[in-house]
Amino acid sequence: MSAALNQRVVELRFPSQADRLCIVRALVKRVAEFVGCDAALAEQLVIAVNEACMNIIQHAYGDDSPGEIVLEIFNNADTIRFRLQDFAAPVDLNKIKPRELGEVRPGGLGTHFISEIMDECKMGHLEGNRGNYLEMSKRII
Amino acid sequence: MPYNQRQQGDFTVIELNGEVDLSCSPDARQQILGAIEAGQNVLIEMSGVTYIDSSGIASLVEGYQAARKKTLEFGLVAVSSSAMSVLSLARLDKVFPIHESVEARLAANE
Repeated sequence: MSAALNQRVVELRFPSQADRLCIVRALVKRVAEFVGCDAALAEQLVIAVNEACMNIIQHAYGDDSPGEIVLEIFNNADTIRFRLQDFAAPVDLNKIKPRELGEVRPGGLGTHFISEIMDECKMGHLEGNRGNYLEMSKRII
Repeated sequence: MPYNQRQQGDFTVIELNGEVDLSCSPDARQQILGAIEAGQNVLIEMSGVTYIDSSGIASLVEGYQAARKKTLEFGLVAVSSSAMSVLSLARLDKVFPIHESVEARLAANE
């Protein structure tokens, strides 16, 4: 990820609840359009960010221990970058990978969507194992 | 039932609409599987779906698989462009039977 990608457009903090995802999608769509994405790309970015938030809600926090999610969106002239943070227990990064789509089965599609849509993805643990982060970037021109 | 459901020909038609995401896909899943469990052929009408995420897609996959196990028919109808782009991303646009309309599917039997 380039250090030049430091113009933060917006930050949203929200609880890890499924009924907040519609707010996240609306925000991502508006910001994507604001920084110059066309409608088709904005739609794709909405899909990727929604899936990333879903993964945090379902797998990082789970049903029994909800917490806070922080979404930050940055841009420069040609790239938009999303950074998500949660404060759940550190996840096993080796277990998070897109699955093969040859087998028709429910589940496991979200990571595939993200990797298909985004140009770069980077996951890690927050300092002191306070949680997890995911950074995703996409060229917009 | 959270989604409109009707009987048309030999099919139960379930009309998904709006944003089918993690907050409501469990309802869609339950309704779809309930119809299949009751031994009905199912068509999912999707012209009003403005957004569907992977949890909504998973509900459709479960319905498709459950129907196959019972040798029932399961198909999608009038899929909106938003939903179709997600189905394509999941490489499922060639897996599900997709019909232009309920009437078109019914006419295929005539």
